[in-house]
Amino acid sequence: MDARTQEFLAYVQDGGQVEATDRLPDEYRQKLVKFIEMHGNSELMGVLPEREWILRAPTLQRKLALTAKVQDEVGHAQLIYRVAEDLGKPRDAMLADLISGKAKFHNVFHYPTKTWGDVGVIAWLVDAAAIISQKALLKCSYAPYARIMKKICWEESFHILHGRDVILAMVTGTDMQRELVQEAIDRWWGPLMQFHGNPIPRDEDPMYMWRIKSQGNEEARQQFLEGYVPQIRELGLTVPDPNLRRGDDGVWAYSEPDWEELRSVVTGHGPRSQERLAFRARFLEQEKWVRDTVLAA
Amino acid sequence: MTGVGSTEPAKEGRAGSASAARMQRERAQRLLAIADDELIIGWRDSEWTGIAPTLEEDVAFSSIAQNEIGHARALYELAAAELDSDADALAFDREPDAYRCAPLVELHLMDWAHTIARRYLYEEADRVRLDVLKKSDDTELAGLAAKIDREETYHRLHAEMWAGRLRDEPRFRAALDELWPYALGVLEPEQRPELARRVGLEVVDAKERGEHTPVLAELWDEMTQVRHSAPGATW
Amino acid sequence: MIFEVFRQEKKGQPFTHAGSVVAPDAAFADAWAREQYGRRGESEALWLVPRDAVHQVTEWADEFDLKYRRVDGYSIKERLRVARERASQKGAHA
Repeated sequence: MDARTQEFLAYVQDGGQVEATDRLPDEYRQKLVKFIEMHGNSELMGVLPEREWILRAPTLQRKLALTAKVQDEVGHAQLIYRVAEDLGKPRDAMLADLISGKAKFHNVFHYPTKTWGDVGVIAWLVDAAAIISQKALLKCSYAPYARIMKKICWEESFHILHGRDVILAMVTGTDMQRELVQEAIDRWWGPLMQFHGNPIPRDEDPMYMWRIKSQGNEEARQQFLEGYVPQIRELGLTVPDPNLRRGDDGVWAYSEPDWEELRSVVTGHGPRSQERLAFRARFLEQEKWVRDTVLAA
Repeated sequence: MTGVGSTEPAKEGRAGSASAARMQRERAQRLLAIADDELIIGWRDSEWTGIAPTLEEDVAFSSIAQNEIGHARALYELAAAELDSDADALAFDREPDAYRCAPLVELHLMDWAHTIARRYLYEEADRVRLDVLKKSDDTELAGLAAKIDREETYHRLHAEMWAGRLRDEPRFRAALDELWPYALGVLEPEQRPELARRVGLEVVDAKERGEHTPVLAELWDEMTQVRHSAPGATW
Repeated sequence: MIFEVFRQEKKGQPFTHAGSVVAPDAAFADAWAREQYGRRGESEALWLVPRDAVHQVTEWADEFDLKYRRVDGYSIKERLRVARERASQKGAHA
């Protein structure tokens, strides 16, 4: 690492922040763009499992709340892509790389949704796992990214409340509704445990090293378990892991997540990966004429 | 207006109340027609969530869809008071044939040119309709119409903005021509010349309310499947 | 075109930079920014400015380290402390 890059590293590790117009080391810029791009892709792909349930929402209130939530996710994608665009990667290129599989998106968005129970579990637990990661970006060394995270975290807080409300309505409803929630938790638990990534030590994680993230993967997962396992259990719901246990030291033990599944899923082999990418590709292609002609400045 | 599928019980009592009851039924049916229009177009517009031509447009378009559902809810609530029901029951628990929406809003239009053409035509038709309702002796309805109209200002700006940019695009012109008879069907016959004047097209035979398109049944199935999986349940 | 969005949260507060939208003209920027930055009623007002119109200033000349334009910091607090101490000592002797 050259002297200038060393100086930059020391600066960010000391809490320093940089802007789009500052001189960024190549390694930092590359890792940053890749990270931000994956985040934007995830918000965009996350829309697809949820949008079908907008159409099936069982009350007008739920329809409005879910539409607003998914609208927020699209809005987040816009905020995040803008940051990456200002770092030099055009939106078209990011969307093309997403479709081709060259760029990735988070594991949870590669799975199917099967019932209204999934709607609750996604808004409550998947969004909770995401918020933990997002809060760890609030102090990102790259200031434009840190700044959008404030708006993103504020909006996500509404999603969790919505999710909790959907869950509570169901667990206090009919046996069938309660069963939908439990069944959804049983299906989503594996991906949730994989969500924060394998437990690479913080100091070996380049995202932490460059202070893009302020937290390691395992820290995030522990925070999720600490916050949400009690909430799940207090509703009389169960977590499908017989080895899940909180130690006296406050550390949660759990069955080893299937890292092979995670690797396979994020490289495009998830149950819905290709179908969703094809769906997105179809509309991108179909409406290309709008962007090229009508919206040209 | 034909009251397809309405099942209100006839009111008993003095002779005058039979005509009052009829007026009340007509009012409820009128409210339902507009509410159904807003619900179904809102449902159709929400199909674009996540797949609009740009992310910025996606966010804005979703707000329009939400506003429409909001309008539907307010209209259903007015109707619900008369029909001894509630907004959700009116929105979701009637049989498909009982819906009073115009065919325009039912069409499944998953390309942008048709979608904007419908938005533009619907907003123009709705403005004609709202202008009449705002002057209604029915103060409750007039008040709600004024509220809806104020929110629709932004829908109109959005539609006009797009229609302006698409004016010379053959796909858009073709879509307008195709949807024009449907747009006329949103309005009472006496209101159609005004719509034609505003849009710059000639009045033609309209696709009238009363007969649903084949796609409504499919839409209804999807719209109601979760709710009907547990009738009476709280969600 | 990129439009920078400045947002005023409450009346009387400054407009602060909130992000940017990509739009073909001011009308589209208006339609889009109002939803992206105001759909929850969280903004009193927005300013939309084409990015080209924003002139950034980041380089400053301060060769002689002249602090005469500022009168703050440790030195003034220290002098005030000394002055107060002297004044109270004088008072004690009077």
